[in-house]
Amino acid sequence: MALLSFERKYRIRGGTLIGGDLFDFWVGPFYVGFFGITTAFFATLGTALIFLGASMEDTWNPWLISIDPPDLSYGLSFAPLAEGGLWQVITFCAIGAFGSWILREVEISRKLGMGYHVPFAFSVAVFAYVTLVVIRPVLMGAWGHGFPYGIMSHLDWVSYTGYQYGNFHYNPAHMIAITFFFTTTLALAMHGGAVLSAVNPGKGEEVKAPEHENSFFRDTIGYSVGTLGIHRLGLFLALSAGFWSAICIVISGPLYEGSWVTWWDGWRNLPIWAD
Amino acid sequence: MADYQNIFTQVQVRGHYDPGVKLPRGDWKREKVQIFSYVMGKIGDAQIGPVYLGFFGVASLLCGFIAIEIIGLNMLASVNWDPIKFIGLLPWLSLDAPLPEHGLDPMPPLEEGGWWMIAGFFLTASILLWWVRVYRRARQLGLGTHVAWAFAAAIWLYLVVGFIRPLMMGSWSEAVPFGIFSHLEWTNNFSLIYGNLFYNPFHMLSKVLLYGSALLFAMHVATILDVGRNSGAREVEQIVDRGTASERAGLFWRWTMGFNASMESIHRWAWWFAILTTITGGIGILLTGTVVDNWYLWGIDNGFAAF
Repeated sequence: MALLSFERKYRIRGGTLIGGDLFDFWVGPFYVGFFGITTAFFATLGTALIFLGASMEDTWNPWLISIDPPDLSYGLSFAPLAEGGLWQVITFCAIGAFGSWILREVEISRKLGMGYHVPFAFSVAVFAYVTLVVIRPVLMGAWGHGFPYGIMSHLDWVSYTGYQYGNFHYNPAHMIAITFFFTTTLALAMHGGAVLSAVNPGKGEEVKAPEHENSFFRDTIGYSVGTLGIHRLGLFLALSAGFWSAICIVISGPLYEGSWVTWWDGWRNLPIWAD
Repeated sequence: MADYQNIFTQVQVRGHYDPGVKLPRGDWKREKVQIFSYVMGKIGDAQIGPVYLGFFGVASLLCGFIAIEIIGLNMLASVNWDPIKFIGLLPWLSLDAPLPEHGLDPMPPLEEGGWWMIAGFFLTASILLWWVRVYRRARQLGLGTHVAWAFAAAIWLYLVVGFIRPLMMGSWSEAVPFGIFSHLEWTNNFSLIYGNLFYNPFHMLSKVLLYGSALLFAMHVATILDVGRNSGAREVEQIVDRGTASERAGLFWRWTMGFNASMESIHRWAWWFAILTTITGGIGILLTGTVVDNWYLWGIDNGFAAF
């Protein structure tokens, strides 16, 4: 694949964490590096095992293929491959691939003289995944509490797990997570829209600078966070969404086993306002 | 390791108060709110204000105020005008949509949904007036109207749940109540009644786009902060005159995943992800109960759900 017109001058050696110059090369547009090799290894193995698992089931319908975790009776031990062992190995591969991908992003950041916000941000998403398939199952004492790998089956798991705790909408951490997700999307729309509106002001108008963006937001809502600030705010919002998602599920089970609807009764029955 | 992590502004340089770009003839004057906040300055601009009110702003705020008053007073009445109970029980209080027997009656009795109709009318008026204001402010400053159209996508979802779908179902009682837990109950029941909304393909799309928006925003903002020392946050300038910040940002993703956006196109990706979240969500709600009664059975019929 062709290089971008300016790409050659950035393709220089160095910045690797492991392996010195050994893996310091590109394949097409992709940077490889030591962690590129480990990513490819884990991703290929994991994907192959998903196909193996699918071949052991009775459907090739992509919506219905599901690699299920072991039965709860296996606790935290290894299960036979056909009975959830595949799920365990695939989970290991997934974490290996995600972790490798984080470190590969670190190497690319170092190569380009950039900060580490991207790998840090990605690690929050990986943390949320690990919370679902490792931290919470370990706290609850069985791998069977992890979610199954399948398009419809993971949705069924979310539905089923939510109703196990009454109504998940009443989970306060879930409320916070959803609020952050919606706010993130709102901020994304406002930011994307602001930049596009400055650069594409319509026929006969000149391209506008950030002082116009500032005026637009100050005029409409009284405050403009600014060009740098919106990116800091966006990072906070997006990462908070992922972080609170992890919290809302890890407290359900390990910390609190009842219904989230009745969890609020303590507040409701405070003598100040209770009947 | 370099210590430049670009999370907080370490040294705040405070210039003069910026009164804003000149407004065209015929506009109102801006309200001279003039505050500098050290705390805001740590992450973004320290200047708060000025703000432009204008006819549509005042009208929108007034309608919004009336709507919230009606909702709040109804809630207060429901706890016998006891302010302590109002605060303590607020999450449970609700102003509900009209009772089912009133159908599409434009003015049911006040206690049986009439107040909800009036509050809904003023809230909708407030939102639509605010849309006009967002559109007008962009036009008056000579900007494109992308923010206004993104806002319109959110209004679409609001109108679907509170107006268009109830209209198609033939009853205002289908609409969402005003209340913290009550609107969550509505959401929950909506899924249960129509056979699990997770099987609704537009709900799937909307969720993917919602999570995708968070992912995309995280990727974008983190990249910009990463090239902060190359002035990456000056995006408009980078779009019209590409600098090393754009080049590094693009190459980061090209080397990571084989593909990169440009400084302008990433904002198009952003805008579309965000607006399609509510557009697909609205379509999914609108089809529920009107076209499809049970998404789970629909999924079985269409080969993506198992018995």
